[in-house]
Amino acid sequence: MRYLCLIYDDEKKVATMPERESNAFMGEYFAFTDGIKQSGHYLAGEALQPVETATTVRVRNGKVGTTDGPFAETKEQLGGFYMIEARDLNDAIQVAARIPSARIGSVEVRPIVEFSKP
Amino acid sequence: MTTPEQARDAVDAVYRADSRRVLATLIRLLGDFDLAEEAMHDAFSAAVERWPRDGIPANPRAWLVSAGRFKAIDGIRRRARFDASLGAIAERLDAGTDDPADWDDERLEDDRLRLIFTCCHPALPPVGQVALTLREVCGLTTEEIARAFLTGPPTVAQRIVRAKTKIRAAGIPFQLPARAELPERLATVLHVVYLVFNEGYSAFAGESLTRVDLSTEAIRLGRLLVELLPPPPEPEAVGLLALMLLHEARRAARASVAGELVLLDEQDRSRWDAARIAEGAALVEQALVSRRFGPYTLQAAIAAVHAEAPSAAATDWPQIVGLYDVLLRVEPSPIVELNRAAAVAMRDGPAAGLALIDAILGRGDLSDYHLAHSARADLCRRLGRRQEARDSYLRALALARQAPERRFLERRLGEVTVEVPGGS
Repeated sequence: MRYLCLIYDDEKKVATMPERESNAFMGEYFAFTDGIKQSGHYLAGEALQPVETATTVRVRNGKVGTTDGPFAETKEQLGGFYMIEARDLNDAIQVAARIPSARIGSVEVRPIVEFSKP
Repeated sequence: MTTPEQARDAVDAVYRADSRRVLATLIRLLGDFDLAEEAMHDAFSAAVERWPRDGIPANPRAWLVSAGRFKAIDGIRRRARFDASLGAIAERLDAGTDDPADWDDERLEDDRLRLIFTCCHPALPPVGQVALTLREVCGLTTEEIARAFLTGPPTVAQRIVRAKTKIRAAGIPFQLPARAELPERLATVLHVVYLVFNEGYSAFAGESLTRVDLSTEAIRLGRLLVELLPPPPEPEAVGLLALMLLHEARRAARASVAGELVLLDEQDRSRWDAARIAEGAALVEQALVSRRFGPYTLQAAIAAVHAEAPSAAATDWPQIVGLYDVLLRVEPSPIVELNRAAAVAMRDGPAAGLALIDAILGRGDLSDYHLAHSARADLCRRLGRRQEARDSYLRALALARQAPERRFLERRLGEVTVEVPGGS
């Protein structure tokens, strides 16, 4: 099954990390990504620019409405994702638990809807 | 020769004793709760029809699993004529082994454990875990679960449907947890059992007699876990079973003939169930010697000290305070602190206990918990501080919800109020 692992971090906490710590954190991410490529779990994964760069688009009555960022004042913001292939939810949880941000933020694991069943 | 009556009795007996085992194995073989449930009912219908004619099979469980699986695959094949995608599913299921060893007794017991861990998967909401466990593992009907939790059958049905949907959509496997995951996963299972037991235990009297069944179900689940978990026995599973047995042993003495609440120190100890106490105490010993015990075992050890004391006054209070000290280190909580304060009051006198309770309430931790106020009221009463006792009973009464508890508090409130002649 495919799962999307949505990574939520406190952006301020990550942005204000001392350089040594932040380098080590990035290093952990590279090692993790290599690891799940080797184990065959990896399908895709990206980090996102901070939430201030976000734009929300809505179309109402045929008119495009564009606003700055998501408004919700939450402590943790969506900061990146991995799309993984896992045997089942237990397998996916094991992978998600190794994402470095799981230790300081949280990871939401969502199964992908498979529209064309074999 | 089997008479039709004998055959029918045999089907009934197998249904009562083994329907959950058969269901668990069918879930593993078919990979779907609803499909397995339908298959199980088809299998029992087939038994009702065939056993009077062909005789009772040598291994009725294996017969039922085999018949259920066959019926399910056959059903999917027939539907596949209209929906081609089902054909592949039927092929895949049919390719599964026909080896009878696949459903021998040991595999069947593993399947029951798999079912418990799946129903109590931490990815399911706690209310869903509880409802699904009672439905699938214990075999209670939706109506029975609803009555037990004082809610409507549609609510329970919805919880079960949502849990099953999540199992299917999120890919929760029908699988035993790996060794490394076992502690965390077992903790969730034990918590579900504990929730079921408490729900039954706290509703001990009067209007909701049916809820007592929940304690029985919880003890059955507890026994099942101790039996099914791979050796060596998991200390906390043993500890939880002991805790439930020791509490259950006092059930008859917790209510007077009139259905009124009777506190531990005033209970008629001859009405305690000696057999349950003996079993519970032996299990506590077993869990304690493992040296890997946790909060359930410690709570059971406290219950065992109470259960083995001839009277409230002759209870080994220093040991109870000591056990609460350990429990507080393992699992700090204001409720444990409150219980410890009550034990300190018994060991060192009411003033010492009152100081501790006032400190807890002063932090604001338990200010909405009626038992904290009734415990405080009780110590004030024993110290002769009547006005304070009265105030605390009133606070407790404002927060208590269950009828027997309210009547108990009203009685105590009366005792501290009326004793001044002519005064008010």
